[in-house]
Amino acid sequence: MINSKTSDKVMKGVFWFSALLIISILFLILGYVFVEGIRVVNLSFISDMPKNNWREGGIYPAIVGTFYLVAVALLFAVPLGVLTAIYLVEFRKEDNLTSIIRISVDSLNAVPSIVFGLFGLSLFFYYLKDFTGGPTIFSGGLTLGFMILPTVIRTAEVALRTVPLSEKLGSYALGATKLQTISRIVIPSSIPGIITGVILGFGRAAGETAPIIFMVALNPTMPEFPYLFSQCNALTTQIYYLTSEAISIERAFGMAFVLISIILISNYSARLINKYLARNIRR
Amino acid sequence: MDDGNEIEIRDLNLWYGDNHALKDVNLDIRKNRITALIGPSGCGKSTFLRCINRMNDLIEGVKIKGEVLLNGENIYKKDVDVVALRKRIGQVFQKPNPFPMSIYDNVAYGPRIHGVGKKELDGVVEKSLKDAALWREVSDRLEGAALDLSGGQQQRLCIARALAIRPDVILFDEPCSALDPISTHKIEDLLQELKKKYTIVIVTHNMQQAARVSDYTGFFLLGEMIEFNRTRVLFENPEMEQTEDYITGRFG
Amino acid sequence: MNHQKREDLVKSVLFVFSITASLILLLIIIFLFNEAIRLFQEVSFLDFLFGTKWNPEQGLYGAFPFVFFSIMATLGALIIAIPLGVSCAVFLAEIAPGWARDATRPVIELLAGIPSIIYGLFGLVIIVRFIKVSLELATGETILAGSIILAAMILPIIISISQDSIESVPKSFKLGSLAMGATNWQTLRKIILPTALPGIFAGIILGVGRAMGETMAVVLVLGNSENMPEVVKQLLGKEGSSTVMQLINQVPEILFKPGEALTSAILLEMGPAQVGGLHYSALFALGVILFCITFVLSVASNYILSRSQISVR
Repeated sequence: MINSKTSDKVMKGVFWFSALLIISILFLILGYVFVEGIRVVNLSFISDMPKNNWREGGIYPAIVGTFYLVAVALLFAVPLGVLTAIYLVEFRKEDNLTSIIRISVDSLNAVPSIVFGLFGLSLFFYYLKDFTGGPTIFSGGLTLGFMILPTVIRTAEVALRTVPLSEKLGSYALGATKLQTISRIVIPSSIPGIITGVILGFGRAAGETAPIIFMVALNPTMPEFPYLFSQCNALTTQIYYLTSEAISIERAFGMAFVLISIILISNYSARLINKYLARNIRR
Repeated sequence: MDDGNEIEIRDLNLWYGDNHALKDVNLDIRKNRITALIGPSGCGKSTFLRCINRMNDLIEGVKIKGEVLLNGENIYKKDVDVVALRKRIGQVFQKPNPFPMSIYDNVAYGPRIHGVGKKELDGVVEKSLKDAALWREVSDRLEGAALDLSGGQQQRLCIARALAIRPDVILFDEPCSALDPISTHKIEDLLQELKKKYTIVIVTHNMQQAARVSDYTGFFLLGEMIEFNRTRVLFENPEMEQTEDYITGRFG
Repeated sequence: MNHQKREDLVKSVLFVFSITASLILLLIIIFLFNEAIRLFQEVSFLDFLFGTKWNPEQGLYGAFPFVFFSIMATLGALIIAIPLGVSCAVFLAEIAPGWARDATRPVIELLAGIPSIIYGLFGLVIIVRFIKVSLELATGETILAGSIILAAMILPIIISISQDSIESVPKSFKLGSLAMGATNWQTLRKIILPTALPGIFAGIILGVGRAMGETMAVVLVLGNSENMPEVVKQLLGKEGSSTVMQLINQVPEILFKPGEALTSAILLEMGPAQVGGLHYSALFALGVILFCITFVLSVASNYILSRSQISVR
């Protein structure tokens, strides 16, 4: 059976090749953004106000705006997501209601980002305009928060489920109540997983464009008091603006470089924090 | 009809990383006989069994020294075709592991991959199922799912599957440990039939089973082969003290 | 307050929080339909879905060109991403030695973490230019460019779900096959892949949903022209006498032409559209189509995944 042995070898080569191809796609994208971006990025690019319709100067407002938007998104999604996960894991047996919640979470996760944009537009921009002030940090941040809620719920759920039953039983056996067990045993030992979820949500929110594209200003804008209800810029939407209006592709790459760096650093620190906490919390 | 040794093991040593799991094992396995390997769990008997068809190759960090001679040829030589080797040495696992397909396709799986044509396939399947004493129970539902069979039937299906590739040797790794007494009894009867055509090595931690079915028995302890002899001799008149302790139930 | 009462209180508070996700989903549906309904008072749903002319100034709202281009770009992406993604999943689950797995896994995570706008930027500057130069086209902003970028974007989801389902195939199946002298490839093709197939399929469906819903990358590389090839129009129109074969013959032509996806249309036209007007409402109606497609795909894929896990474990 020379045949079957040759095909075995050929296929093994095919599998190695496909993995190498995918790795090279990543490095091609990252490398290109890096090479193009490093040409325009320097300290003043990051810390200065833009001039001449973003053609010169820095991109400071876009960076600040992105952090404001993401902060609002996380303030909404993290407490809500973690509490939902605690309810699903610790307080409720699997029944119709939990499966409805789960289907909702999965479906919400699959909703296209532009549809979130439409929803935010209709809800915050028009129906609640008197309260939100239209396109503000509040509106954009909450829209992003809706979007990353499923990510936070899922990762928190996974983290909570990894707490061994034996630890919980041990706590109950010492006469602890359910609430004590959850707050003293379950939550502390799932903190690393929850932090991972928060940072994943951070990266996702920082990189989204379509949900906030109707919610941010394109002219350089620094948030002012009251911050929550003032306008802002964002990195992603500015990249789109500079590219689609052919204002400056070079500076779009500079922003892409900054954006990718923020996401890479946050992902990497998530891994570090996770490792550190996992060592120190679990014995 | 004793025609000599099918397999000869010479100074076999095996390490899992730093753990020296098999130490200087020497053993002759006779053709058309049933050789049983007994010993407490963790003594290396299953590891040893997997050396015979090189299934240990699939475990990372395993290092092997020594020779396993199949009809005089060392299966650990460099240019040995492992796939062809496994075709000559079938294996039946501890837990029945039929594939998630029909009964027919399970048995036909081996012949198909080894290039048996469509015309002969029906005959091979029927013969294998008959030899595995399963034909009467399943002949009317060959297209049914194998996973719907009972545990004992599944294990006999796995035996039929092994027979279908026409091996010389069949390795049984505790084939009855997951089965009820009646299914166990059926498989033990089957072994007696099979040894007329095949050389059989069976690992078991059930000493009564070894005494009932085998012609030769080897006793393993902590990776060493303590004693090897005709089954009756080993059980009635063991030479080594450890063997006697084990078979009289003083430890194990 | 005793601890039982306190526990019940906490439980009901958490219950209120935990229905937020369902509530948001419900609100999305209500708001989309609420805005879209004005269009359907003027244009029938079927005319909207299968109409081939989109011209808001003339009051023509036929969404089919956008649906068509979204589907074409997605199909193209699948043709690239399925073989590549499944073989990479096989590599990770079955072939790769430890170090190669450790090296590849973060790559897949990073690929999933790159923002879509950056895929778009990269696609516009590299892929679009490459297609234009190498195929000598008038413009590189084509369905093909969209397919390539979408393929890269859906690879991570196809890989991770396929890898999970390949790894959940019981080890005993594999050992059983290898012990019978099957080669690795035979074992993979005849035992492992068929068993893992439902999971792989579910991953592909999720990938389709991602591709259909992707906005920023698509809007930058697709060229944004809603002109469908004549053959497709004829197929839909009553005057058409063309056959499916003719359509298939035109596939290369379609691939190398610009198109405009559902998502792009919403994004590009929301600016000029007047709030509360018919055009504005029609864009929400496009959102309804998009939402329905991705909702059905997501439910289907999760259903398949939950079923396949039961049968395997």
